[in-house]
Amino acid sequence: MSQGTNYVLGVYDDEDVLMDAIKTVRESGVKIEEVYSPFPVHGIEDVLGYKRSWLSIAAFMFGITGTTLALTMMVGMMGVDWPMIIGGKDYIPIPSFIPVTFEMTVLLASFGMVGTFFVISNLKPWGKPRIYDIRITDDKHVMAIDLDGNDKSEADIKKVLQGSGATEVNNKTFD
Amino acid sequence: MVTEERFEFTATAKKRLVITLVVGLVLSVLGYFTLGSGGDHGGGHGEEADNSEMVSDHGEEPYAAEDAADAEGHGEEAHHGSSSSVKRLLSNLWINNVFFAGLAIIGVFFFAIQYAAQAGWATGIKRIPFAFGSWLPIAFVLMLVVFMIGGHDIFHWTHSDLYAEVGGDEIVKGKAAYFFWPLQGGEFPLFWIGRLVIFFGVWYLLFRKLRALAFAEDIEGGTKHWYKMRSTSAIFLVFFAVSSSMAAWDWIMSIDVHWFSTMFGWYSFASWWVAGLALSLFIVVMLKDRGYLSVVNANHIHDLGKFVFAFTIFWTYVWFSQFLLIYYAHIPEETVYFLERWKDDHYAPVFYINLILNFFFPFLVLMTRDSKRHTRILKVVCPAVVFGHWLDFYLMVSPGTVGHNGGFGFLEIGLILVYASAFLYVTFNALSKAPLFAKNHPMLNESLHHHI
Repeated sequence: MSQGTNYVLGVYDDEDVLMDAIKTVRESGVKIEEVYSPFPVHGIEDVLGYKRSWLSIAAFMFGITGTTLALTMMVGMMGVDWPMIIGGKDYIPIPSFIPVTFEMTVLLASFGMVGTFFVISNLKPWGKPRIYDIRITDDKHVMAIDLDGNDKSEADIKKVLQGSGATEVNNKTFD
Repeated sequence: MVTEERFEFTATAKKRLVITLVVGLVLSVLGYFTLGSGGDHGGGHGEEADNSEMVSDHGEEPYAAEDAADAEGHGEEAHHGSSSSVKRLLSNLWINNVFFAGLAIIGVFFFAIQYAAQAGWATGIKRIPFAFGSWLPIAFVLMLVVFMIGGHDIFHWTHSDLYAEVGGDEIVKGKAAYFFWPLQGGEFPLFWIGRLVIFFGVWYLLFRKLRALAFAEDIEGGTKHWYKMRSTSAIFLVFFAVSSSMAAWDWIMSIDVHWFSTMFGWYSFASWWVAGLALSLFIVVMLKDRGYLSVVNANHIHDLGKFVFAFTIFWTYVWFSQFLLIYYAHIPEETVYFLERWKDDHYAPVFYINLILNFFFPFLVLMTRDSKRHTRILKVVCPAVVFGHWLDFYLMVSPGTVGHNGGFGFLEIGLILVYASAFLYVTFNALSKAPLFAKNHPMLNESLHHHI
């Protein structure tokens, strides 16, 4: 994720105002880096013009890795390395392998997703998560605009934000 | 304000369905008579012997002995009452009876669940599966008639000599009360028929009551009817929970009368449920294409798609739970069920096709979000899943009724066409009698704003 240092933040009280504000701000040519809200707002990703997330594909890949790993492990151990007959079945009884395969798929998919979540939210041990405004966990929606990533001047951007119904317009600087 | 919509069952649509029905009839008659001339009658005896061999291969005495006695003793007159083509016809009629009766009751079940769960999103679509319920009385008559005419050819347990004091079948004797109570084993199957009548009777009664309430709501509005529908739905669901399981034992599991599975009720229910969901989704998509259902958007279709996807996995889970325990425990009287289906050249292809059509195909295709929102993909997956579950019922019934004399030819295809077109005719006819969605439903607004 690209991370700028100088931000202008628009703070909004109400999600309906926020939705309209996103439209106004984007129409005026200002690029929004991210919008933070304390609860899910339906339809916000369409208004922000987000593309489909790659998360589901990542999850599928983690899952299929688990499937492959489990099958390779069991076939290798039970069928190749030390073949054994258990319960009168073949050396490689696929039906008996399915529960373990299923569990490994689920395990790796969920571990993978937890890891992905840590990485993309900068919660990795060496990461420093950014908090734009502490009130986004309470009752405020915050629109973060990266000044370095925008052609418009700071004054223009602030004017657009104020005109769109923001209750506060703040500056925020990160190291 | 949303305007009321009415489905118009056009003359062209009716004509097409009637033509399909006639084509189906011709095909099945053709199929039936080509069977009669070129049939493999000899298979019957050999197959019995095969079976007992297979069981005794696995070494255990009680069941093998039982089965051998089966083949030698009453087998002669009991098993070969009718020619193999008559048996195959009756067996197919029974598969279709069970499958379409299941679809009909699943429609009512879907409707009831939305009320019991107080779900708002489905307001615009729930009358479509609900219309399946109109098939119930026809399904009942067909079932009763086919059982009365061909019960002996479909159900081994109906043969009275099994219950003889000497030389009877001990396993079946133990189950006699379940079929014949309060009469003696081998007399009239009063308990079995009684259950059939009660199940269809209560299902149809509650369906009628829900329908009357839904139409009263269209006229009067308000929330009064919604509360009444919720309590009626709750009663229906409790009854359905028990009756759907027992119906599966009665109509399907009792064909393999020596065998039983505690998963069977769930397994059949899951099969009906996925087929019903896929058919509902297919009809919703088709109606949408023809300009109906203005209240339905991609989100509703997506949610129905998720239902199909999720319950595809549920079906597989139940199927596998039944299969794995039997496979792993390796007890002969249980494994015989899968010997006849999986380790049998005749049915093994169907066994694999069943898994591919009902699990791998919908699971992999419906996994992404886009595929559940794009109607082009749904139009391929839904019919495939419905047919896949027909095959599932085919696989539950056929090995027990016709064994190696079974097959998949004109007779099967023809009868599917006959039943499907009749079922759709009844459904569309019921849909055209009332508005397509409830304009006074208290949750209609929630449904309009549904977004996922």
